[in-house]
Amino acid sequence: MTALPSRKLEAWRYTDLRSLAAISFAEAAPVAVPELPDLGLPRIVFINGAFDPVRSTPPDFLEKFSRVAEASDLPLALINAEQAQDGMTFSLPEGVDAGAILLVSYASGVAAPVALHPRHRITLGLGAKLTLIEIAMGEGVYWHNPVIDIALHASSALSHYRLQNEGQDAFHLATIRAKIAAGAAYESFSLVIGARLSRAEFHATLLGPKASTHLNAAQLLRGHQHGDFTSVVAHDAPHCGSRQTVKSVLDGPARGVFQGRIEVARAAQKTDGYQMNQALLLSPDAEMDIKPELEIFADDVKCSHGATIGALDPEQIFYLRSRGIPEDQARAMLIRAFLTEALEPVTDAAAREMFEAAIEAWWVGQ
Amino acid sequence: MSAAFETRNTVDTLATQKYKYGFETDIAMDEFPKGLNEDIVRLISAKKDEPEWMLAWRLKAYAMWRKMEEPDWARIKHPPIDYENLYYYAAPSGPAPKSLDEVDPELLTMYEKLGIPLNERAALAGVAVDAVFDSVSVATTFRSTLAKSGVIFCPISEAVREHPELVQKYLGSVVPVGDNYFAALNSAVFSDGSFVFIPKGVRCPMELSTYFRINARNTGQFERTLIIAEEGAGVSYLEGCTAPQRDENQLHAAVVELVALDDAKIKYSTVQNWYPGDENGKGGIYNFVTKRGACRGARSKISWTQVETGSAITWKYPSCILQGEGSVGEFYSVALTNNHQQADTGTKMIHLGRNTTSTIISKGISAGHSNNTYRGLVKIMPGASGARNFTQCDSLLIGDQCGAHTVPYIESRNPSAKVEHEATTSKIAEDQLFYCRSRGLSEEDAVGLIVNGFCKDVLKELPMEFAVEAQKLLAVSLEGSVG
Repeated sequence: MTALPSRKLEAWRYTDLRSLAAISFAEAAPVAVPELPDLGLPRIVFINGAFDPVRSTPPDFLEKFSRVAEASDLPLALINAEQAQDGMTFSLPEGVDAGAILLVSYASGVAAPVALHPRHRITLGLGAKLTLIEIAMGEGVYWHNPVIDIALHASSALSHYRLQNEGQDAFHLATIRAKIAAGAAYESFSLVIGARLSRAEFHATLLGPKASTHLNAAQLLRGHQHGDFTSVVAHDAPHCGSRQTVKSVLDGPARGVFQGRIEVARAAQKTDGYQMNQALLLSPDAEMDIKPELEIFADDVKCSHGATIGALDPEQIFYLRSRGIPEDQARAMLIRAFLTEALEPVTDAAAREMFEAAIEAWWVGQ
Repeated sequence: MSAAFETRNTVDTLATQKYKYGFETDIAMDEFPKGLNEDIVRLISAKKDEPEWMLAWRLKAYAMWRKMEEPDWARIKHPPIDYENLYYYAAPSGPAPKSLDEVDPELLTMYEKLGIPLNERAALAGVAVDAVFDSVSVATTFRSTLAKSGVIFCPISEAVREHPELVQKYLGSVVPVGDNYFAALNSAVFSDGSFVFIPKGVRCPMELSTYFRINARNTGQFERTLIIAEEGAGVSYLEGCTAPQRDENQLHAAVVELVALDDAKIKYSTVQNWYPGDENGKGGIYNFVTKRGACRGARSKISWTQVETGSAITWKYPSCILQGEGSVGEFYSVALTNNHQQADTGTKMIHLGRNTTSTIISKGISAGHSNNTYRGLVKIMPGASGARNFTQCDSLLIGDQCGAHTVPYIESRNPSAKVEHEATTSKIAEDQLFYCRSRGLSEEDAVGLIVNGFCKDVLKELPMEFAVEAQKLLAVSLEGSVG
């Protein structure tokens, strides 16, 4: 197996996988599965990395899995390619609006630690449309290492909503790669609340004029959780736009990481790139590491990034308290307001409701 | 013909304008054999009449350097440097001059050409100057005036002999010998540089300044600067650099250490104009420099201001270690690259103490085929309650063959700290150019005006006489390419 990346690699300087490397994984065995969410949508279910025909109500365009070759230098994608046994594969034909579908991944490492490496492939034909809601959850010690390859043909649109709600002892290392053709749009929002150690690594490549992407995320971490959100947005064509708003709320000794790179190639004139990263540290032991990068080779572009790290503003809390709102409610209110901006691109009602419920549950669990 | 096109034409002619400081001075020189080994280190030490402890320190650094590898993380590209093919020591021959009258007139003429007032009539300018030619300090002015207020301003080689207790106490205390590859190399072979000591409660009565000049062929220049400001002391220090125009690359690896005790203030300004190479990227200085200041005392302040227009490659990160409670670090930078220049520069602000604050303002301008990278670190340690950082990095691209990159690292481990970072990239807008032209400005003046406006936040931090020089430099370096 390809070795896990070490912190000596610049892309991994803030995320240490030694705790993962120390675990020996067993073959996945049949497990008891709790009730899984369905949101009233066509549902594709993976249990311990394998497609589950019983619990799935798949849309008719779902195809059979076939193995793929991996040509990247991303260690985790290489590991995935070596190990991948299953995954969700489909290709939407030209002009089809397939509505919304749900992908649920459940893993159980209760009996013995398991590792799952699903490889999902999504292709949207010319002008096709889809909303994909993805929920990752589980129990016990396991390593979920999904790779999602997305190809968006011209003028197609994919809304991709991810709820990462893995078990508290889980490792979640996801690689999401989107190739976006002219006029196509990839809209994505991730909510990270689960896993002991997680990383979501997005590579969005804007290949044709007027392609666009929104890569938003919110991380809510507490205890000894480690959450890493890494993104590379490559502008390879002129007149493309990218927007990113990533928010982190860290409590206890939690550690948040944000790495975001915007690359603008020579040809990508008139690029409009924007990236905002903000973190709230709620405890003296929390840590946030941020590395926003701009790499620009074209001159007629507008690119900016901003980053802030701090605590809740005591003046704002005071203001709310002076209006008769108790302190803990005031704090909750401010934190929710803080997260709202990242949630903005979530236009799908079912997805929005799911995320709001998850944030509420996180808050109650405090 | 569009305004942009015309501008480009005008500027292209200017771009080929000769580097003003590209002349060579023909002077009798002492040089050691090429290459680096323990004997060369011993030779340098002996040449300088150094005490045993200094030699031991150098040898330790040399041994460390031998085991280290050249760093490769910066966004710069160059053919491998052959460290065995360099001269590590070059100095005007003959005994050291005792006063300006004894200085070789050729040298004085050279500094005259550079516009550096070495003569006492520079009293008008009110700046004390230490001039470093290749490896040695050739003249230091105003020493007696300074001595009256207790300020020590002398070549560091002299300080090693005359003030060993100070040098031993502080040398390498901010940049340890094994800090990085180039710092270790410098520690082993540094030949001269400036030493400044401002005693308790003294505000240095005039601005201090060092001019560095590389003249000899195939030499590396390794100067070392150490500035100590005791409790309540204050000093403003200026540094300027030039080198002759040559086809081969030359290495410059300096180390600057600043120490500020309670309530002390050090302002360090640099106008770096080493030879940048020609328009095809041939020749030029490799400027690999380690600069770091330690705010050891409460309420101390260290401020770095740099205007970087020269060098083929710049690798430089003037940093502040904010240890004292309420200490302040500042970094103001303009880095301009044109033709095939490469700059990877920025700062580190390490917040250790309570209520420490830092400000970073960086303006990068890339033109021609150059690459310009801002790389910086803001680190808030758990003890730095109430710390505050504000960072602003702006890049301006001129032409479509250059690159501008921003790589900030922000690490916060204290919730009461507030860290803010902003970065933008843009080009000179056609409407701005048009507006200026409609007011009767030529394209090149308009570009100069806009770029000077872009850099204003940094230029206003420079001491008066440097600000004028910097503006002129920007104009010359810049006019090369507008699109």
